[in-house]
Amino acid sequence: MKHRLRLAMTLFVLLPMYVWAAPVRIGSKQFTESVILGELARLGTQEADSQVRHQRELGGTSILWSALRHGDIDVYPEYTGTLTQELLKGVAPDADIPALRATLKPLGLGITDSLGFNNTYAIGMREDRAAQLGITRMSELAMHPELRFGFSNEFMDRADGWPGIRQRYGLPQTQVRGLDHSLSYRAVASRAVDAIDLYSTDAEIPYYRLRTLADDKHYFPRYDAVFLYRLELEQSHPAFVAALRKLSGRIDEKSMQQMNAEAKLKGAKETDIAARFLGVQTDGDDAGLWQRLLRRTVEHVRLVIVSLGMAVLLAIPLGILAARRKRLGQIVIGLTGILQTVPSLAMFVFMIPLFGIGAWPAVAALFLYSLLPIVRNTHAGLVGIPLELRESAAALGLPSGVRLRRVELPMATRSILAGIKTAAVINVGTATLAALIGAGGYGQPILTGIRLDNIGLILEGAIPAALLALIVQGMFEGIERWLTPYGLRIEARQ
Amino acid sequence: MEMVLSGADAAPAAAFALEHVSKRYGSVVALDDISLSMAKGSTTALIGSSGSGKSTVLRLLLGLDWPDQGVIKAEGRALERPHVLALRQRVGYVIQEGGLFPHLTALGNLALQPRYLGWSAARIHERAEALAELTHLPPGVLERYPAELSGGQRQRVALMRGLMLNPDALLLDEPLGALDPIVRHELQDQLKLIFDQLGKTVIVVTHDLAEAAWFAERLILLREGKVMQDGRIDDLRDRPADPFVRRFVASQRRLPEPAA
Repeated sequence: MKHRLRLAMTLFVLLPMYVWAAPVRIGSKQFTESVILGELARLGTQEADSQVRHQRELGGTSILWSALRHGDIDVYPEYTGTLTQELLKGVAPDADIPALRATLKPLGLGITDSLGFNNTYAIGMREDRAAQLGITRMSELAMHPELRFGFSNEFMDRADGWPGIRQRYGLPQTQVRGLDHSLSYRAVASRAVDAIDLYSTDAEIPYYRLRTLADDKHYFPRYDAVFLYRLELEQSHPAFVAALRKLSGRIDEKSMQQMNAEAKLKGAKETDIAARFLGVQTDGDDAGLWQRLLRRTVEHVRLVIVSLGMAVLLAIPLGILAARRKRLGQIVIGLTGILQTVPSLAMFVFMIPLFGIGAWPAVAALFLYSLLPIVRNTHAGLVGIPLELRESAAALGLPSGVRLRRVELPMATRSILAGIKTAAVINVGTATLAALIGAGGYGQPILTGIRLDNIGLILEGAIPAALLALIVQGMFEGIERWLTPYGLRIEARQ
Repeated sequence: MEMVLSGADAAPAAAFALEHVSKRYGSVVALDDISLSMAKGSTTALIGSSGSGKSTVLRLLLGLDWPDQGVIKAEGRALERPHVLALRQRVGYVIQEGGLFPHLTALGNLALQPRYLGWSAARIHERAEALAELTHLPPGVLERYPAELSGGQRQRVALMRGLMLNPDALLLDEPLGALDPIVRHELQDQLKLIFDQLGKTVIVVTHDLAEAAWFAERLILLREGKVMQDGRIDDLRDRPADPFVRRFVASQRRLPEPAA
């Protein structure tokens, strides 16, 4: 008794310390530069604070922003332009960092000074073509109406894209084409067009020897790279915040381009790139293929099993209810059907405010997707029992619970199992999206592979996912054979 | 005084009674203000064409459906929802093709009711064996699944299931309707013997006049939810109450006379 009390008291004291010592979680967006910046933050602060983790490639801006605000992560790299244009309301479009700091403070968020580069929209030309025409600034484009422009479709349409710069700079060009962004570098390199829009730290700029024209009339908003962090870190992890701030001003545009190029064009690992830049020892994940595969399989299977298990527990009773009460049944099936129509990416994102990021929102989304097939098949299996058999059971004077257990559910076994199988197979596929919100699994290499344009990496996730789906399918067919009552199997054969 | 009065009043309560019962399914009238009563221990055959309402009578007696108007009585007491389960345990119900549950063996089907009531496995087995003897079910059949049984065996098992709890009454809805003529004939004999042997209240629904007359003294001919005639086979044949009765009786096919 005394021991237990002492243990309880120890826990009581230690628990807050544990919370206090919780690791700092850095998040990054789902593109190379953000991942490199995340690694820079982790490696650059690890001496000051050993408890730093980096959750890579969590998703887009909205996911990272809400994760930071909900405290699911503590830090992530952002751009000032994104803050002024998208995230903060009522801020001047050209607000500087001190102004942003003042706006963020009431939200409990802090912002570092600029890391040293501005990753904004820019116009780029082949170095040789620009030199030949003597163009270094955007205003000089106006003197060459014969130039052909190839702009990404988004840039063509945005008011602050082509229509805006044409007006601001008084550009006379008429040969302007919309292109897919990934193609525009090749188009300008092959001289199919003379100028394209680009992001000023794109890896392709040095690779294709492009010249970035100066925005001399300051048309594009600044997209200075910064770290956003939760202000409470200043109390709980002061050394970390100090180390993070020291990264400010250290990364210029050229270095960032270079680092992006190493990752995207040379296939180097973000960790190694960041370590080399900082001059520290890399601690890159050198796990072999099989080890990685095993870890992802565990993550993936866990997502599927937990979500499917919970879905079975709720969906079978719902299916029974639906079969018992016609009106209610239509509502239940309708509602689960509506859930099914929510696009999966949206579903994962909807779960973030409720469950944060990581495995739980993914489990919740997969759980919701699994409901419909199981509810519908349970319902179909039960109402598909011939009326005379249902009445025979009733005529035996058995209460409805006994009828359900002894007669109706066993007869519906096959249909219910088929529903669970469908849910499981869909689940295995959909769970690859869970990597977008930090839940890992087979989706992780797929995401990274898409980002780095690396087919090998994509296959490293896609093939196991397909295999897992097949295994699950096979497994359920076995279970079906095993659980379907013998009498039903021979009946079906006749 | 009261004792005497009620005693004088009490002709033994009928096993089943319908009093001014009407039932319609949508626009189809199944029963139209019908009143009937079946004495304890009697055997009654309900006959008529399909849709005459004869199966509806059985369903109402078991509380599988409820009348729109009128009262159903079992043993003199008006049937109400709370009594239904208890009533069903005292009444065996056998339908065409048996209504056996395909996922259970014959024995599993027989065991459903007694297991719910807490019988031991040994007692269930013993009862099943006794009934197998009564219905001439070959040994070994109890372990089989319905899909592995012949039509006659299925019907026997269904009858056994109806008799497991030794009910006071048996309601049979076209029990032999799906059988071939030889098996049917054999089972008619056996059923008749069983009815006589057990002395239960029996109501059998059939559209076959000869079968009805074989089983029961009292025949009730229904048409469109109304009683056309209620009597013995002689009454129906010789004193038809209605041209329809004459037609119904006349429509029974006889074998052609041997050529002279």
